[in-house]
Amino acid sequence: MSIAYQIVVCGSLVPDPLQTLEPVAAPTGPSLKNEMMLPAVLDPWAGHALFEATHLAKNNPGSKVYLVSLAPKAKLQQVMMTVAQKAPFELLAIDGPASGFTEAADVAAALADAIKTIPGLDLSKLLVFGGWESASRGAGATMQLVGEKLGITDQFQGVDQLTVAADGSFEILERIEGGKHQVSKCAGAPAVLGWATGNLPEPPNNPQVGMANMRTIMPALQKAKPSKIGAEGVAFASVALPKQQRQTRIVKDMSADDIANEIIAWIQQ
Amino acid sequence: MENILVIVHTEADGALAKPALEALAAGRNISGTFAVGIIGADTQKAANQIAGCGAAKFLTVTGAEFAQPRYASDAAAAEAVAKAAGAGIIIVPHTSRWGRVAAGIAARLGGRADTHATGIANAGDKITITRWYYRQRMEAQMSRAQRPWLIALDPGCVAPLAAAAGTATTTPVTVALPSLRTQVTGVKAPEASQQTIRPDAKLLFVAGAGWTKKQPDGATHVPEAAELILGFLNASKASLGSSKSLVDLSGEGQAVLPFMSHLNQIGQTGSTPRHPKGLSTCCHGEEPHTVGWRFINERRAISLDPNCGWARGKADVLYVADAFAVMRKINEILK
Repeated sequence: MSIAYQIVVCGSLVPDPLQTLEPVAAPTGPSLKNEMMLPAVLDPWAGHALFEATHLAKNNPGSKVYLVSLAPKAKLQQVMMTVAQKAPFELLAIDGPASGFTEAADVAAALADAIKTIPGLDLSKLLVFGGWESASRGAGATMQLVGEKLGITDQFQGVDQLTVAADGSFEILERIEGGKHQVSKCAGAPAVLGWATGNLPEPPNNPQVGMANMRTIMPALQKAKPSKIGAEGVAFASVALPKQQRQTRIVKDMSADDIANEIIAWIQQ
Repeated sequence: MENILVIVHTEADGALAKPALEALAAGRNISGTFAVGIIGADTQKAANQIAGCGAAKFLTVTGAEFAQPRYASDAAAAEAVAKAAGAGIIIVPHTSRWGRVAAGIAARLGGRADTHATGIANAGDKITITRWYYRQRMEAQMSRAQRPWLIALDPGCVAPLAAAAGTATTTPVTVALPSLRTQVTGVKAPEASQQTIRPDAKLLFVAGAGWTKKQPDGATHVPEAAELILGFLNASKASLGSSKSLVDLSGEGQAVLPFMSHLNQIGQTGSTPRHPKGLSTCCHGEEPHTVGWRFINERRAISLDPNCGWARGKADVLYVADAFAVMRKINEILK
């Protein structure tokens, strides 16, 4: 028996990891220097969630993937030019800041409200995917809060594998301490899954998928509602880059034997 | 004066693990009324373990349903304990178990959560936490007006609680459990010989993609690299980390180290483990990749590139040498 899932992937944008980031103080709280100018990418773990979602949808005919994204509209449009070529999905765009210094509860409320607007939303078919942490706030909080807002209490974080059984139940592997996975069996949808890296490689760009996606992405971006996202009640005393430049002793022309002895002596200190 | 609650879970043997003791130490250091919540299949042993910690009360949720690390039961149990304690500040260890539910608990209590805290300071009536943003690239000190405020403390940041054992008087808390649709069926771990992640190891050994690249003879030597790395890990009991580029190779169809997975990855989308020492080999890259060993105290690197961004300015010592030759020699000596 195949279930036609409604798979909602929550994912926002983060600065390209290769960019130099510098915090600055703004009237509304900390932000990144030239934040709107920094090239952005889809949050990496949310990206893995999206690839897993499209893989699951492909194996369960009739399933549909939605990408719910809260980000500045202009930047979201830029990033969608690339992401749209990776996987088929329908975008639900929310216009607001993608900063890591905003409140996860505000973001989750906006995402949950957007999910509730999906026509024909059926909890018995709903799987809410996302990254288990973002590369901005890195709190691992938003997905849990979205689940709470939607009344979903089967939640999994650090997911690397989801296997759906014929009866609609599924087995989930979640990362736990010591390089191990916790194995759980869930009766079925609805569930929230915060993905770690999963097992799938990034799909190659497919211009045809991109063209099909863009037909719905542009109207979704035009309809994106502004959302008030802040950090009320939070006071940042400081936000700073770590000062950890070390005076590296560079050892050249030492034999492998001598290096080995020096390293062993250091390890055994 | 804050009302502080530290919630911990028991391990399979009924005792409290080190991260729980660290969270308890952090909670006790804050001025205010201090209570402890314990959740597990059997909680008395854990309460007795910390009987002398100075807690005003020990609130317990006990039962077989609470042995499993599972969102529905853990969230319900913690919610009940927090409500019974009337806590304004709730501290949990950021283990995988509490990380799964921390924000959900705060939401149920009408409060807020901050996770991955690396420090909790208390000056007068003000509580400030330290946490990192943008994947360990900037560090913030922050406080909150909202209560309850749930703080998930990363393991390894605070000295664990040393409290006298005794016989603790506990107060059981009743939990209304929802229908449980999820069952934890087990733990999947690599075979002992392939278990390369050791959180308590004194040394983190970081392998980079260079191990799988062509060597001076024009050929790759992946099997030998695997043998050298595993040989070192077995002899030194070090933990294995990897750069993203190395763990990504499997998805690109290249020769890979068979014991390496995304779980080993450190840095951007990997972990940021805490070990006293770190040795990186055949790694290359710039700042974003070096965040993986942000919390490694003493660092050394072996690389053929004296200008390697992974090492220069980030390591204490950079050996410009062939890692194959050096590691082969180290393994010979350690045998």
